[in-house]
Amino acid sequence: MKSALSHSLRALAAVVSLACIGDMSSAQSQPTVYAITHAKIFTLSGAAIEDGTVVIQNGKIANVGAAVEVPAGAQVIDGKGLQVYPGLFDPVTQMGLREIGAVSATVDSAETGAFNPDVVAAEAVLPSSEHIPVTRAAGITEVLAVPASGGMDSAGPAGVLGGQASAIHLSGWTISDMLLKKSVAMVLNWPEIETQTFDFSTFSRKQKSFADAKQEYEKQVDELTDWLERARHYAQALGHGGPGDFQRDVKLDALVPVTRGELPVLVFADKARDIRNAVEFCEKQKLKMILASGAEAYKVKDLLRSKGIPVILGPTLTLPREEDDPYDRLLTQPAELSAAGVKFAFGSFDNSFARRLGQQAANAAAYGLPYDEALKAVTLYPAQIFGLADQVGTLESGKIANIIVTNGDPLELTTEVRYIFIKGQPTSLDNKHKALYEKYLNRPKAQ
Amino acid sequence: MNAAKSIRTRLLICSALLAVPTSILGRVPKSPAAEPTPVILIQNATILTASHGTIERGSILIKDGKIAEVGASVKAPKDAQVIDAAGQFVMPGIIDCHSHIAVDGSVNEGSISVSSIVNIADVLNPDDVDIYRDLAGGVTVANVLHGSANAIGGQTIVIKLRWGLPASKLPFEGALPGIKFALGENPKRSNFSRGTPRYPATRMGVEETIRGAFTEARDYKATWDLYNKRTAAGEKNLIPPRRDLRLDPLVEVLEGKRYVHSHCYREDEILMLLRVAKEFGFKVRTFQHVLEGYKVADEIAAAGAGASTFSDWWAYKVEAYDAIPYNAALMTRRGVLVSVNSDDAEEATHLNQEAAKTMKFGGLSHDEALKLVTLNPAMQLGIDKRVGSIDAGKDADLVIYNHDPLSAYAVVQKTLIDGRVYFDRQRDVADRPVREKEKKALLDKQRKAAEKKPESSDAAKKPGEKKPEEKKEEKPKPPQSTLVLGGGR
Repeated sequence: MKSALSHSLRALAAVVSLACIGDMSSAQSQPTVYAITHAKIFTLSGAAIEDGTVVIQNGKIANVGAAVEVPAGAQVIDGKGLQVYPGLFDPVTQMGLREIGAVSATVDSAETGAFNPDVVAAEAVLPSSEHIPVTRAAGITEVLAVPASGGMDSAGPAGVLGGQASAIHLSGWTISDMLLKKSVAMVLNWPEIETQTFDFSTFSRKQKSFADAKQEYEKQVDELTDWLERARHYAQALGHGGPGDFQRDVKLDALVPVTRGELPVLVFADKARDIRNAVEFCEKQKLKMILASGAEAYKVKDLLRSKGIPVILGPTLTLPREEDDPYDRLLTQPAELSAAGVKFAFGSFDNSFARRLGQQAANAAAYGLPYDEALKAVTLYPAQIFGLADQVGTLESGKIANIIVTNGDPLELTTEVRYIFIKGQPTSLDNKHKALYEKYLNRPKAQ
Repeated sequence: MNAAKSIRTRLLICSALLAVPTSILGRVPKSPAAEPTPVILIQNATILTASHGTIERGSILIKDGKIAEVGASVKAPKDAQVIDAAGQFVMPGIIDCHSHIAVDGSVNEGSISVSSIVNIADVLNPDDVDIYRDLAGGVTVANVLHGSANAIGGQTIVIKLRWGLPASKLPFEGALPGIKFALGENPKRSNFSRGTPRYPATRMGVEETIRGAFTEARDYKATWDLYNKRTAAGEKNLIPPRRDLRLDPLVEVLEGKRYVHSHCYREDEILMLLRVAKEFGFKVRTFQHVLEGYKVADEIAAAGAGASTFSDWWAYKVEAYDAIPYNAALMTRRGVLVSVNSDDAEEATHLNQEAAKTMKFGGLSHDEALKLVTLNPAMQLGIDKRVGSIDAGKDADLVIYNHDPLSAYAVVQKTLIDGRVYFDRQRDVADRPVREKEKKALLDKQRKAAEKKPESSDAAKKPGEKKPEEKKEEKPKPPQSTLVLGGGR
């Protein structure tokens, strides 16, 4: 215990002396050039560099390599014995949208009603959420805050069009400091044909006939189609009519980039049948689809590969859907998808469990996924899938300096993050949990 | 959305209410466990004993379901079955001190605040597939608890995960039974708005509910003690006191014949229960969850109570907002006997990993972390003479991993209970094509039967719609187990 504490205190002391602040970025007086030297560097854009240097300047990676010169005036971190990676990227969370699951006043994760394409996560992210520093301490530097994406809270049913997901850095005084990209995907909770549902408001099982369930499903898909058709006509009118020709509509405005294939739809679906239906629908509507959750993606892997649809996999640490599925069904799925050539990333789909992101990836590696793929599936691949790979995901010159320095494999349970840089600024690893730990570690012995 | 839904079910509800029904189809393979126990030699393994350190390239000899010998070199009879575990790791079977598997239906009798009348032992379901899944995660023993909807909940039972055997073979022979208590948000129904309000609705009321029940139990016991004393003295024709099934288990608690396992979160309620227990002269065997245990660790240690907690769950409700992953380590350092539990069939499949996190959060040693899911829960459940470590004379409940189990890269290869292999990854994987084929044949048969009777279901009417997942069949009820447990008074 002593050693862990002294490690973290040492890390903290180093960061404080470097930056003269505890936490946040972009204060004018801070030094802007840093160099991490003599570390093993995993760039993820090429082979690992055994003894290399990363130079960080003005928030970006200025240089990385074995024979890189440290610029004059740079603050140097001796990385001897340490390893450097791009920060981890969790592509499905409700970060900043929910503090305490059971307390509805702290929950802003899902809007009421079925069609809310106009709501945007970034508009409601709480920068001072306690979840942010806790998650950061696990080496996660950026996430997507995704509306209507489930997680453990008291929000009602997620609706069909859940709103727009925002990519955020896990550090900043305000949302504008934090923003990586405001709108990266439109959430589409694909309607399921569910004959058996569980009603949380009355805590009882509800049974429907298949015919009724199917009718309900078709009605929802028709409504969704209708929304998209209207958005398409609206977009045409936008281009051709004068400004006073018609009234603007915030929901249709939000859908226009979706109908043009500019904003991808993040489609939540688990069952093979639902995934197939969603793929068919998106193809017909010419939408750019990203699958989310995908518990049975393995059943439609060829379809996903042939259509080039990437997947954000739900937690690998999940029991199989069916009683007679192999016990390790969700654990072996990543290896199976990888072998089939389906592109995927891992997501925590939660805030409290975001820090298990590395564990999820490591477990997939334990069940056959090549290690390098597991690592990329929590760094580079989420960045690529959401079109952010020009900014984050690897250690390359010109990218935003979201970097972690660890004492080992960042996916392993016992590895410590020693330093974290977000937007090129050394950022604190302190958090609520560590503070409580230190407080009660020092409680005098009770009489 | 199913992943998300399942997390919500797991955590927000956290065993506070009804079990959510799972879909059911087909059958699952069983371990043939009727033949006599073989003599087995596990050799060349890294043995994590949990009681006396690590043995490199060691061997374990298993006879009559027990560990006969363990050490660097062990003499085995010629006819012993050999498991060569070169490059592999053996640890004691994982003991999950808070489980809800193998229960038929709901784990909560939520209608009343003192539900000590009901017993989990009456509803053990040996066909619950989660038994097998947890076995595949190295779990060999589970403390199967009633839910947390009541200040005083139902009676509980410790089982071995003897998959394939009937319900009567699941109970851990000789393990003391327990009773579930619950404090805080769940018994006061903070997060559940269903139906009419129920007393208690505050933490004050939770304390009064427990105090009230034990006041009754104390009087009831005195009545019986007097009757027994007078009968023993030879008095004839006395009318015995009226039996009270609700109070009987509480009297057992007062007599030290039944363990109290109390769900709790906040520091104040932990101390509250310790005061009530002291007043009535009983012990709290374990505090369960006990997420703020680190704040009052000295008091828990002084009372001799155990603590069984989660690795890193937090923020799903207010009383979990101060939960920290350092909890297990902080309590351990203050002298509390600590275990890490699952409360969830999925979480139970990687308790070894959850224990490993305490090396990072609080700096426990490898040995200390390992004990959190082996020897410590065995001691908490009073079964450490039989299980919890790899020592000669103990039950051969063992797990073989391909890697150090305190790592995210370790995969269970075999799980043994009483010296029998109940889970074998190689066999499981090899059997999959056979099971697939069998499932397909059953589904084809069902489809054909449905085609003969076109009126049978809406789903079967359109020829294009006949996908297997739409045609679930009601599973026949598993045979109800009726365990005759000691009648007491």
